[in-house]
Amino acid sequence: MSEEANSNPGSNLTQVEGQAHAPAEERSQRMSRREALLELLRLGGIAAGAAGAGFWLNERSRRPLPAHSEQARRDHRVAANEQWPQLTVVQGGEPRDLVRRAFEDLGGMGRFVGKQDVVVIKPNIAWDRTPEQAANTNPEAVAETVRQCWQAGAKRVIVTDVSCNEPQRCFHRSGIQAAARAAGAEVILPETELFREVELGGVVLKSWPVFTPFLEADKIINMPIAKHHNLTGATLGMKNWYGILGGQRNRLHQQIHQSLADLAGFMLPTVTLMDCYRILERNGPTGGNVEDVVLKKTMVAGTDPVALDAYVAKAYWNLDADRLPYLQMAANRGLGTPEFEKVRFKVTRIG
Amino acid sequence: MPNSRLPRLRRISQIFFLVLFLALLVLTSLRSLPGTTPDIHLRAPVRLFFLWDPLVALVNALASHALYHGLVLCLLILIPTFFLGRFFCGWICPLGTLQHFVGSLPSEAKRGKQRIESNRYKRWQTGKYEILLAGLVAALFGSAAIGWLDPFSLLVRSFGLSLLPALGLAVRSTLTPLEQSHVGAIRTTSQIAHTVLQALVLEFRQPHFAQSVLLGILFLVLLLAGLRVTRFWCRALCPLGALLGAVSRWSVLGLHKDAESCDKCNRCLLDCQGGDDPIGGAKWRKAECVMCMNCVGSCPQHSLRFRFFRKEPEVASPDLGRRKTLTGLAAGVAVVPLMRANTGLGKSRNERLLRPPGALDETDFLSRCIRCGECMKVCPNNALHPTLEQAGLEGLWTPTVVPRIGYCEPSCVLCSEVCPTGAIWQITPQEKGWVVGVGQSATPSPIRLGTAFYDRGRCLPWALATECIVCEEWCPVSPKAIYVQEAEVIDSAGNSKTLKQPRVDPSRCVGCGACEYACPLQDRPAVYVTSIGESRSPSSQILLNRT
Repeated sequence: MSEEANSNPGSNLTQVEGQAHAPAEERSQRMSRREALLELLRLGGIAAGAAGAGFWLNERSRRPLPAHSEQARRDHRVAANEQWPQLTVVQGGEPRDLVRRAFEDLGGMGRFVGKQDVVVIKPNIAWDRTPEQAANTNPEAVAETVRQCWQAGAKRVIVTDVSCNEPQRCFHRSGIQAAARAAGAEVILPETELFREVELGGVVLKSWPVFTPFLEADKIINMPIAKHHNLTGATLGMKNWYGILGGQRNRLHQQIHQSLADLAGFMLPTVTLMDCYRILERNGPTGGNVEDVVLKKTMVAGTDPVALDAYVAKAYWNLDADRLPYLQMAANRGLGTPEFEKVRFKVTRIG
Repeated sequence: MPNSRLPRLRRISQIFFLVLFLALLVLTSLRSLPGTTPDIHLRAPVRLFFLWDPLVALVNALASHALYHGLVLCLLILIPTFFLGRFFCGWICPLGTLQHFVGSLPSEAKRGKQRIESNRYKRWQTGKYEILLAGLVAALFGSAAIGWLDPFSLLVRSFGLSLLPALGLAVRSTLTPLEQSHVGAIRTTSQIAHTVLQALVLEFRQPHFAQSVLLGILFLVLLLAGLRVTRFWCRALCPLGALLGAVSRWSVLGLHKDAESCDKCNRCLLDCQGGDDPIGGAKWRKAECVMCMNCVGSCPQHSLRFRFFRKEPEVASPDLGRRKTLTGLAAGVAVVPLMRANTGLGKSRNERLLRPPGALDETDFLSRCIRCGECMKVCPNNALHPTLEQAGLEGLWTPTVVPRIGYCEPSCVLCSEVCPTGAIWQITPQEKGWVVGVGQSATPSPIRLGTAFYDRGRCLPWALATECIVCEEWCPVSPKAIYVQEAEVIDSAGNSKTLKQPRVDPSRCVGCGACEYACPLQDRPAVYVTSIGESRSPSSQILLNRT
């Protein structure tokens, strides 16, 4: 019985096959039930995935706003020390000796740069000019600062700036690239990819792109050069912070004093060393003619950036602090005092 | 050496010169800053391919009655061609190599018989001789417009202004997100890749060029035409190939065909590059052959061979005919006057046509500029762009400064150093005269590109009661050409303010465009440079006495 029962369906099948060709072909062109289920499963999987992705993306829909943005005041100051002056003026030597002496007077680089610190030195490398034209910081002064940082035990010493003119030309023709590299520093050119949007927390300066190396430093040494400027009379230490920003910074001049104070309140350097070796007395801040340059053989260094700017403005352009309102704005934020006569002050002549 | 090894040798030579060409192209930029001297020069001989281009030299000689320095190098190619034929096209020319490569890709349009058929000589191959004739006659009438079709001009223009910038964008848009990846390995790998590519190919700052899309598409179309017809560019259009073909009529090296052993298998036609009928029974067309030597290797009967001093029937000269010759000549005679009948030269000069420093006066400039784009490629500020209509149809793709995108850097003369034809005459930074270094005195007459003017309806201190003078800050000459005057203005609240309002002193302005570049009103700057007062043009001056 059971054999019969078993053989019957089989014989039926052969019969069907034998009787008509067409339905058999049709059947072989069809999926088996198993295949069909698998296919449905596959399609269902894709459909579920598409639906999931669709709803997930739908959830994510936001009006695009500028990416936000770290809020961080960069305070790189070291503890005040009554033993050392807050402002020192060294005169009468070559850049290298002037710089060495200036840091000695302030207590030595070891006071500012600790072992394993990442130090970023910020000279002014804004313009496609040679050192003699005095539009950029003196390369010898930069190199000496780099050496001092190494001696103090720094882990990395970086020299960088966000130039106005074409950066490769500026870094090369200023002589700073070669001098800093010879002293062992990393020289970083301002690449467009290396900016990060930062909340500066200023009165007029809110969110701006800042060049990343300045955000990742342990210590920052500001190395401006003193130059004439038509808008404020002189461009000094705090103006050097324009060079940490990217973006459309030609708008900063509309409220230059507030911008300067905002920047100074965001970026507080470990120490400032102002290059007054050559001073661009006219046609600043670009100059271009050696006749605009006067040799002063001076470096001014200090831990009070407000007093430092106030002193240099008075000493070389006879500008009182009230002519530079940003000084008082910065003082109001507790960054220093424009009354440079009242800080611990030292003047040295060498050579 | 057995003849059959020659194709392999040729391939090595082609790859070598293609790589050399691309290397020199990539080096046509500020990437290789040498030493510590403040002067910046390019070390690599980046204009080499133009200097040994006999077409450029011939056009330069016809139009200027002299050879700009360096162009005498073209004899390096020209003289061997007298003896050896168009070896340059088959062995050296990088555009030929690219065409060769594309032509050897499998293609639907070239299968079996079709491929053999497409490699037989065609009448339209004479087109390049007509182009050449028209170009040479036009040069005689003072236009180097044939540079539109010079193979190296075409290459540098297409690669330098379109394909390389596009590659840069592609690389950056791929790597930048990867460099911010959360996975350390991806981040490091992409950073290394970025550094390597930065050193090899990428520009420091991503350049953008006017008409980049157009130039790129044109080039790709020409290149892909090679899929249908092998070396379509070389056979039909290339004026340099035409010139070399014409002078190779006397060449002593040629294809020897052993007619008896040839069994007409057509194999030689499968890989023929020039379309010069290498097959037995037909006359070899000397001017079309690019000496690729493929036929020698592919002949199963060994009936083909390149030999010196053979004496066989051949078609030595271009098969042009009287009518086509006359057509070419007539086109050359007509084209320059026709183009110049339009506005563009003389008084109707476009106000925004600012030529690079060192550029000759417009008529001389157009007689020399071969539209190669070297100056635009090298400009570190991305200031130079190819014109579309600003210089008239004749001036298509000649350089112009677009200060909104980039200004002319005061101490930079790189464009004048790479110009192969002296359209931008080679100058020194001292001759340019915009800055005064140690031991120099101010140049009494600096080179001027134009003069800056203020749009007082848009300028912040003039119209919007707002402090600014960024233009004055950037002005690179000393004494500055922009001076300020303090003025009392009233803001919307009725408060009185004292502002510094800028003005231009045209006797000091050199037209560098730094003010226009730096102006915060980026869409339409409130200070802009127009070409009036450009020192190259005695007829385009403002002041009676401008030192």
